[in-house]
Amino acid sequence: MNATLALMGNPNSGKTTLFNNLTGARQHVGNYPGITVEKREGRLKIEELDITVVDLPGTYSLTAYTQDELVARNFLIENNPDAVVTVLDATNLERSLYLVLQILELGTPVIVVLNMMDEVRRKGVSIDTTRLSALLGTPILEMVARTGEGREALLKEARKAMLEQRPARTELRISYGHDLDETLDAMQELIDSSNFLDGRYPSRWLGLKYLENDAEVLALGQSKPDVHARLREMTATLADHCRKTLNTEPESLIADYRYGFISGLLKDGVVTRPTTQARFDLTDKLDTVLTNRLAGPLLMFAIIYLMFELTFTLGEVPMGWVESFFGWLSEKASATLPEGLLSSLIVSGIIDGVGGVLGFTPLILIMFFFLSFLEDSGYMARMAYMLDRVFRIFGLHGCSVMPFIISGGIPGGCAVPGVMAARTLRSPKEKIATVLTAPFLSCGAKVPVFLLLAAAFFPGSGASALFWITLGGWVMALLSARILRSTVIKGEATPFVMELPPYRMPTLKGMCLHTWERVWQYIKKAGTVILAISILLWAAMTFPGPSEEQTARFEDQRATTQAMAWDSDEALEEALTGIDNAEAQEALRTSLAGMIGTALEPVSKPAGFDWRTNIALLGGFAAKEVIVSSLGTAYSLGEVDPEESVGLSEKLRSDPAWNVWVAVSLIAFVLLYAPCFVTVAVIGREIGWKWAAFSVGFNTVLAYGVSVTIYQVGMKL
Amino acid sequence: MQQPITLRSMHANQSGIIDSVSATGELGRRIRDMGLVPGTPVTIMGRAPLKDPVALKLRDFILTLRNNEADLIMVNVNESGEIRQ
Repeated sequence: MNATLALMGNPNSGKTTLFNNLTGARQHVGNYPGITVEKREGRLKIEELDITVVDLPGTYSLTAYTQDELVARNFLIENNPDAVVTVLDATNLERSLYLVLQILELGTPVIVVLNMMDEVRRKGVSIDTTRLSALLGTPILEMVARTGEGREALLKEARKAMLEQRPARTELRISYGHDLDETLDAMQELIDSSNFLDGRYPSRWLGLKYLENDAEVLALGQSKPDVHARLREMTATLADHCRKTLNTEPESLIADYRYGFISGLLKDGVVTRPTTQARFDLTDKLDTVLTNRLAGPLLMFAIIYLMFELTFTLGEVPMGWVESFFGWLSEKASATLPEGLLSSLIVSGIIDGVGGVLGFTPLILIMFFFLSFLEDSGYMARMAYMLDRVFRIFGLHGCSVMPFIISGGIPGGCAVPGVMAARTLRSPKEKIATVLTAPFLSCGAKVPVFLLLAAAFFPGSGASALFWITLGGWVMALLSARILRSTVIKGEATPFVMELPPYRMPTLKGMCLHTWERVWQYIKKAGTVILAISILLWAAMTFPGPSEEQTARFEDQRATTQAMAWDSDEALEEALTGIDNAEAQEALRTSLAGMIGTALEPVSKPAGFDWRTNIALLGGFAAKEVIVSSLGTAYSLGEVDPEESVGLSEKLRSDPAWNVWVAVSLIAFVLLYAPCFVTVAVIGREIGWKWAAFSVGFNTVLAYGVSVTIYQVGMKL
Repeated sequence: MQQPITLRSMHANQSGIIDSVSATGELGRRIRDMGLVPGTPVTIMGRAPLKDPVALKLRDFILTLRNNEADLIMVNVNESGEIRQ
């Protein structure tokens, strides 16, 4: 038998930990159609039941205020899951119950899980769950999701809920005081008698939503204009009355009464606190240091720096393994396959292209592991808190920190999830500014380009070069955000109402799953998009190729050279290699990519880029990872001596067309120019195609300006 | 009983009970959803390094608000003003 179980709860309630505990690795992350709210699903078997577990987005409330809340609410109404489990942080009962009340008012039967009971016990607090359960009319279970305590009881309860005949919808009725209740009753009568919205929603709940001016419900209501108008009228009359008599809005009264109801639930011995409460708990103690005026920011920068020092030190070893594996693979392939187009496609196109991208998997893995730690431990919210004042100067929001960091504020991120993370921003204006500027940061795909150039022109100082590049990304992102917010996207700042969750040691399992999820997305990208692009690029660099006359000319040269008298075999070899190189060079120049690159040379010359760099940059629009691989391909195609495997950075250093200023100019260009097309697609979906097109144009023009300035000034020095 | 003061003007470690919240619209809803309703005891935990936002403890959790948002919340402070809830 199939069934659906939905998980709901506040952010930081341990909902995802429970989800991981229930489903293990059998989970799938996708998106809800049309929007970018993550849809997390997993499988669970309880005896004969085959259950799909849906982890709904974490919310504090069920208003139509954010996409997350709407998704959760609509899932409850439209999908009508067989069981709903609401996860509560038991150390924070009052606010968690606020969400439970709203679910109950919607008439959805729930199983309430009191999570983090270990912490509650440690604090010496006791909760009379039997009593609370009777008062709320729902089953309440105690749990510690991180250890799995209470799992069996939950499975039993869930099974019961799924097999039992669903009781007729019974909504929780909270009294909202005389005035509101009177209006609500009248509204309920009107809604019931007119079969408003076909009885899909509980009538009292609809009334409440009218009183709350819920945008979504109001929009739905317009399908029945007469009832809608009557309900609006009743709302207006009540609002007017409340304003006159109580100097407040119905909306505020509703929240007041809900919290009042919760206080009523929790008194009379439901929650007993110890008489002598510890003056400070661990979170308070940590915060006196971690968010301290002086120590806080210093520690924050130290943590960020340490994080990428560690990432690179630890990542180096497995990166070497992956690289040598692909080196071995391409050697084997070129030895086995007959020389020709197929061998060239497999070695230069597929293995070099995909291998170059996969080589960075260990780095990304370690980086995401640290990021998960910062996120799950509660420190990321402190970063937003400490940086909000700074971000506001640039017209952004403290919450812009997350998209920025995920996009590559700490190198190794990716603008795709980064741009998606921006949906937690409430104001469309700050969101647009964040989304448009986040791609300026050094994402994991740009890092290899920076490392390559740093290794070639600033040997031995890779980490510090990366540090300065990262800083440069931040400066450019913030400055352009300021420019955008005072020109094309002007407007007021949005509220900064954010929870600082208690510090908690993240579970290893949760962190591993989180990390694996993102690494897998990266690998999939390498296996699909980047594989296709590598082949396309190879084709663009191979065809149409030199004319028969040109090939014949090189053949002639070879014949002449061989006919000449040589002092030694080595000298002959050398001469022949020279001809081979020249031919390969010619082949690339006459390819489609070479032609485009050459055509663009007059434009790119002021920035110091030749046609080969142009090819790589064109490829980089498809995916930034491609820059290194296509530079590699461009140079390895131009040098066919298989015995000599000089690293790409060696080649660049010895190439006369390159110098330090070309490198710096290219670093700036790669950092700033058009986001890769996957990011552009996500930007389009998040904030509209007009902005996506804008970001391609704006970023490229800005990058070009900066690069030309760097190169021109640098060369004059 | 003293006159209520704004949340912004409270100093670190000072406690009080919310008297009124005059925020409306989105901000108002967000503030209320998080449990900042009249009658709720709050304690100022501290301020960010640049003096803004402010962190406060209420209902067993820590919430942060910007100073201009804290202006809309009036609090009755305790006589002693130093007792944590």
